[in-house]
Amino acid sequence: MSRSTQSSFGTGKLLRAALYAVLILFAVYYLLPLFVMLVNSVKTLDEIRGGNMMSLPEMFTFEPWLTAWSEAQIGVEPTGLKPYFINSIMMVVPAVAISTGLGALNGYVLTKWRFPGDKIIFGLMLFACFIPFQIVLIPMARVLGMIGLAGTTGGLVLVHVVYGLGFTTLFFRNYYAAFPDELIKAAKMDGAGFWRTFTRILLPSSGPIIVVTVIWQFTNIWNDFLFGASFADFDSMPMTVALNNLVSSSTGVKEYNVHFAGAVLAALPTLIVYIVSGRYFVRGLMAGAVKG
Amino acid sequence: MSFLQIDKVCKSFGPINVLRDITLDVEEGGFLVLVGPSGCGKSTLLNTIAGLEKLTTGEIRIAGNVIDDLPPSERNIAMVFQSYALYPNMNVGQNIAFGLEMRGMPKDERDAKVAEVAKTLQIEHLLDRKPGQLSGGQRQRVAMGRALVRNPQLFLFDEPLSNLDAKLRVDMRTEIKRMHQTFGTTIVYVTHDQIEAMTLGTRIAVLKDGIVQQYGTPAEIYNDPANLFVADFMGSPAMNLIPATVRGNAVEMARAGEEPLMLEFQHLPADVRARDGQEVIVGIRPEAITDADNRALVRDGQQAVSASCRIDVVEPAGADIFAITSLGGKEVVTRLHQDWNGQANSHAKLVFNLEKVVFFDPESGVRLR
Repeated sequence: MSRSTQSSFGTGKLLRAALYAVLILFAVYYLLPLFVMLVNSVKTLDEIRGGNMMSLPEMFTFEPWLTAWSEAQIGVEPTGLKPYFINSIMMVVPAVAISTGLGALNGYVLTKWRFPGDKIIFGLMLFACFIPFQIVLIPMARVLGMIGLAGTTGGLVLVHVVYGLGFTTLFFRNYYAAFPDELIKAAKMDGAGFWRTFTRILLPSSGPIIVVTVIWQFTNIWNDFLFGASFADFDSMPMTVALNNLVSSSTGVKEYNVHFAGAVLAALPTLIVYIVSGRYFVRGLMAGAVKG
Repeated sequence: MSFLQIDKVCKSFGPINVLRDITLDVEEGGFLVLVGPSGCGKSTLLNTIAGLEKLTTGEIRIAGNVIDDLPPSERNIAMVFQSYALYPNMNVGQNIAFGLEMRGMPKDERDAKVAEVAKTLQIEHLLDRKPGQLSGGQRQRVAMGRALVRNPQLFLFDEPLSNLDAKLRVDMRTEIKRMHQTFGTTIVYVTHDQIEAMTLGTRIAVLKDGIVQQYGTPAEIYNDPANLFVADFMGSPAMNLIPATVRGNAVEMARAGEEPLMLEFQHLPADVRARDGQEVIVGIRPEAITDADNRALVRDGQQAVSASCRIDVVEPAGADIFAITSLGGKEVVTRLHQDWNGQANSHAKLVFNLEKVVFFDPESGVRLR
């Protein structure tokens, strides 16, 4: 008896070791591209040309980062990625804020202020989640042209808000579906109206789902290339498009170290958002998953 | 004139009639309990009083004023919900003050009011906690505090005890009764628990399928049920409802393998006497059938007859012994003294308190008087 438990204990340990080995292997596999990018972004161009992509830098330099940030040739101007980074921020922040806010409001109305036909409306909004980017390009270009927002940051914000609304509404509706109706009734009895119930009772309890929505929207909008390439002008071009222009430039020397640095710069904001609020992300995805 | 008047109220959701022609009234300081099985419309009725649901036809008046068109917040009504519905993002103090804040009361006045209510309910030490950190009993007290602080003219309770464990439920029931005695505010209370209804109410309305089956004092509802449903629903263990045949001034109940039991009355009600030879349902509460030595349950001077009956099962319950016999093909529960020493599967002499017997029509379930 004691022997069998000991041996099963032994195999348990073995299994665990194997499990960790596999996990570490996968982690290394997934981290390898990041490693290559980081290592090569701090090498000189000569070193990259001459040597191994995987080796650590012999001469450590921040020069490629500074070049990518403020000096690299993007299109015709040697501005670096900086102005486009700012463009992206100017686009992402309002687009995320507006789409999250509207999504919360939609979720609130669809669950707590039910009206005839609300299910159909929600169904249609869900449908918006499945519409591919490419389909909306031409109609959206027409609309932006008609309302005079073509080629502006404001136009991009509008596009991303419209496109993201289906997702944000879905998130908030499912979260609020599990929110007790009695609380809304209690607020009514206490004399709170539509807006005060929303801002004082629901929103303060929506932390996890707000984090999920913000992460989701931020990553999608920041990483978007197609809308940026289609609807932006030179002075409203987002980071992703500028990075593409930097990397796929057909003139001059290919400065791989600058390209690597630029790519990391472009990915940095989403990375930071995940690291700061990643644990809420998982928690928020689970919340509302059980019920509703 | 009554304080709260519910006048011919109907409520329908599409084709479904949830409330049908409900008329009730409560005097000021009264405690009205709405009781019934789930789906009987009692919560809907409460919501229409609160203003959370619009009524289809009819009128609700408080102190003579029609309140149908007022929004919930202007009816001066406070409500305690089943889940207590404390705002999870606010602490206890903020929860209690929220209604006052929405009415635009200045902060220092609010704080004074909250402190006063917290003191009455002995929850001063909890004011800074979040609802999630409170026990069930504390939550109920906070919910009552939130209702009390507004000094409403009417309290509504929507099954406030159903989330608590059995022991706490009894304590909290007492607490609600004490609160009612202290503040004297009129209360409308919804429950599906007939014991809560009996212990708390000054008036009870028994509802079924959106219709008031009977409206009266707890004693009337218990001793003088209007129909089979009320008789069966109120009381625990439930009233024995035994099929029997009228024989002159007696009723005859069949017994398996024995002579039928004849209960000889001095005066049968007129409706029953008129049905000589026909079947009726005899309703006897368990405590109206007891052992011959138990004088406590049959008062002197009350009309009683005794008979030997076969005891099938004996269930000691501490204070009493419940013995089960069989009459008219039904199991009949009797309530015996705790010192009774009979055995199951033997005969014992039982006393029937005939003044507590009621009769019903077997088809319609209507009381025969």
